[in-house]
Amino acid sequence: MAPKLPPHHPVEQSTSATAGGQASVHHAPPPGILRWLLTTNHKEIGSLYLIFSLIMFFIGGIFALVVRAELFQPGMQLVNPEFFNQMTTMHGLIMVFAAVMPAFTGLANWMIPLQIGAPDMALPRLNNFSFWLLPVAFLLLLSTLLMPGGGPNFGWTFYAPLSTTYAPPSTTFFILSLHIAGISSILGAINIIATIINMRAPGMRMMDMPLFCWTWLITAFLLIAVMPVLAGVITMMLMDINFGTHFFNAAGGGDPVLFQHLFWFFGHPEVYIMILPAFGIVSAIIPTFARKPLFGYASMVYATAAIAILSFFVWAHHMFVVGLPLAAELFFMYTTMLIAVPTGVKVFNWITTLFRGSITFEPPMLFALAFVVLFTIGGFSGVMLAIAPADFQYHDTYFVVAHFHYVLVPGAVFAIMAGVYYWLPKWTGHYPNVKLAQWHFWLSVVGVNLTFFPMHFAGLAGMPRRIPDYALQFADFNLVSSLGAFMFGASQLVFVAVVILCVRGGERAPAKAWEGATDLEWSVPSPAPLHTFETPPTFRRHDAADLPAP
Amino acid sequence: MRTLFVWMAGCLTGLASVPAAVANGWNMPVGVTDLSREIHTLHMTIFWICVIIGVIVFGVMFYSLFKFRRSRGAKAANFHENTTVEVLWTAVPLLILVGMAVPATATLKKMYDTSDAELDVMIIGQQFRWRYEYLGEDVAFNSSLTTPTAQIRGDEPKGEHYLLEVDNPLVLPINRKVRFLMTSDDVIHSWWVPDFAVKQDTIPGFINENWVRINEPGIYRGQCAELCGMNHGFMPIVVHAMEEEEFDAWLVEQQEAAEQEAMGVDREWALDELMERGEAVYASVCATCHQAEGQGNPPAFPGLAGNQRLIDDPAWHLDVIVDGVSGSAMPAFRSTLNPVEIAAVTTWTRNAWGNDTGDAVQPAEVAEQLTR
Repeated sequence: MAPKLPPHHPVEQSTSATAGGQASVHHAPPPGILRWLLTTNHKEIGSLYLIFSLIMFFIGGIFALVVRAELFQPGMQLVNPEFFNQMTTMHGLIMVFAAVMPAFTGLANWMIPLQIGAPDMALPRLNNFSFWLLPVAFLLLLSTLLMPGGGPNFGWTFYAPLSTTYAPPSTTFFILSLHIAGISSILGAINIIATIINMRAPGMRMMDMPLFCWTWLITAFLLIAVMPVLAGVITMMLMDINFGTHFFNAAGGGDPVLFQHLFWFFGHPEVYIMILPAFGIVSAIIPTFARKPLFGYASMVYATAAIAILSFFVWAHHMFVVGLPLAAELFFMYTTMLIAVPTGVKVFNWITTLFRGSITFEPPMLFALAFVVLFTIGGFSGVMLAIAPADFQYHDTYFVVAHFHYVLVPGAVFAIMAGVYYWLPKWTGHYPNVKLAQWHFWLSVVGVNLTFFPMHFAGLAGMPRRIPDYALQFADFNLVSSLGAFMFGASQLVFVAVVILCVRGGERAPAKAWEGATDLEWSVPSPAPLHTFETPPTFRRHDAADLPAP
Repeated sequence: MRTLFVWMAGCLTGLASVPAAVANGWNMPVGVTDLSREIHTLHMTIFWICVIIGVIVFGVMFYSLFKFRRSRGAKAANFHENTTVEVLWTAVPLLILVGMAVPATATLKKMYDTSDAELDVMIIGQQFRWRYEYLGEDVAFNSSLTTPTAQIRGDEPKGEHYLLEVDNPLVLPINRKVRFLMTSDDVIHSWWVPDFAVKQDTIPGFINENWVRINEPGIYRGQCAELCGMNHGFMPIVVHAMEEEEFDAWLVEQQEAAEQEAMGVDREWALDELMERGEAVYASVCATCHQAEGQGNPPAFPGLAGNQRLIDDPAWHLDVIVDGVSGSAMPAFRSTLNPVEIAAVTTWTRNAWGNDTGDAVQPAEVAEQLTR
């Protein structure tokens, strides 16, 4: 899974973009593990992020499978309710903070410098630091499972006072772990902003950037805005638990609802942090395989910005049943419905890009197309959830579980996989095995729908979320969901096989691995040498067919 | 691509069969109140709008995927902007959303109108049961799961209302507006009965309001909807909706029983009598955390069987039950159990599972403790 590494002697740079590189002045990297501990190279750090995220994806997935195995049929068979709650909580935390977010950061590390013609990230040592914080944070988080009283068992949303007064003793470690992960995210975001603002190739205006850079730039601002809010709220928890304050303790004059306002002021932008970069990836892949410029580039940028801005005004739609005043319910219902407009614009743009294209269905395209369809289904259930009176029925049921898994799994995760298939030739110099990738795709699509579609019905029929056992009328839905979950989980092993095989060999890829690809990363050799764009490329717009249309 | 088409066709057929399945527990229940019907209609309306938009959007998408494949010789066009369509597909969804927001606003306003209620019921969430207090009627009781552990463990076949059955259902009259005042003694719970379309968080330190006017008598079941700890999945709600006269008679009966119970405080109780009552109270109130055999679930929920401090220090034991342990999950039962119940359950825990202290705690002692 590591990138093909160049030999230690200076590399022959083959394109005009990288000619004149000064590879000879670089020292040989330190041997063994130190090389990875000390690396400041954006490609190596990108690979570290991606490998870390893949491992965490499997750990979080195993937790999910424990949950699905227990829910396979009514009755308590495998685990007790306490451990079940730890599994749902850890699954959520690991998937959000350790799998999806680092995967996007890994892709950003690898691809943003290549897409804007920069030699590296703006702050390479900070980059190293922000990655190595992550294993520390999540080893700490996972270790809480072994502590007396068990790990976090209050859901990934950790509502007070369940997560304060009534929490297991390990909660203090959970807080520390989130603090560390939060610092990592903030530093990563600062680095991405600094890189994009300062290091674009001469001649590349903001509105010439690939959409992946745009969506990540906006995501980075969201991260800087809301991660400190998360840090604040968990610090208040820390004080409540250890230092006798009563921020969230009603008996001491505190306010449990305040916790939810603060959490969701972080939490809703966080949801978009996990989807905006996905929009960027899909916006790169669809034009490539439709062989046609992205429709509505400018409106894509504006729609992304609009979604980001709106995300600060919708948080209380997670709180429609906590007893908000009528005026607040109406305000948050209206703002939430508004989100559908820019999101719709994006979907329409992708589909219009397909219209009158010349379409082929390579693995990245398959995942991108499934993303468009299944993310849109998640969007529809999102519109339904926005309707506050109906949300009194949907809230905290499996309908919500179905909704957010549709936008996160065939949404964010499929986009990440699409991105991996798209850029693997650039990373490894080889094409991924098409047959295996197709197997991975179809098993994943069927598995994901078997898992999550029945959850809509279970939720509407009245099944609350986060319960370890359920009434008999929900048995059929849960049986199908569990079978689908195991199928989806197993099919990810195929993904690992594809990636490993691709690193080790396969059909050689040229610099421009995909016929319809246009962005700057396709002008450097495949595999991309360790150091690229040491002299900036000349970016020309409009005048060359193989450069991105503005 | 052919397989993708077959798969999509399958999905659409699945969607089309949804209306037929409405009656079979695949969809939101229509419910038994005017508001639940209104919400169901709203839900179906928005669902069908989404389906229509989906058919159009995915239709264009799959048409493009089919028609403009390179393998069919499609040559790519090069257009990438069109202000007219871009304005159009921003404006049209906006109008559709306004169309959705109008009825939603109207329904929401009705849901928030809790005025002119004929009966007030206080609903209190507790780990892991519900407490119902009929305000001004001197009737109050706890409502806990009755599904036996053996059914949950799979040692016995599961009953018809597995996990949705309680010892004391909430009893309500039909055709009267009942206002719920909702709060919690510990963590946040959420009281939800789908047939009423009532779901409201019960939050410590807050009193939320909601209301219901039931149209048909019957038994309606729901569950706690907000993760509240270990036994979140095991605190169901059962509502028994009665004809008005039947309800009034029930209420009088309950008031008389409460008076009877109050008189029991003054007399001397035998150990056996206390044990019998105490076992029932323990099963309903304590066993969810401290477990049926008093083994507990440490460290959050300490064991009671063979607990030396409990055995050695009767005064402390009673204190813990009456006033709870601050900063832990142990609530104060001062206001949720009556003196007879507290005396009985204290006696039970002092003598069950080999604790064998022989102590019989009298209701009168407890009543005195409660005045402090």
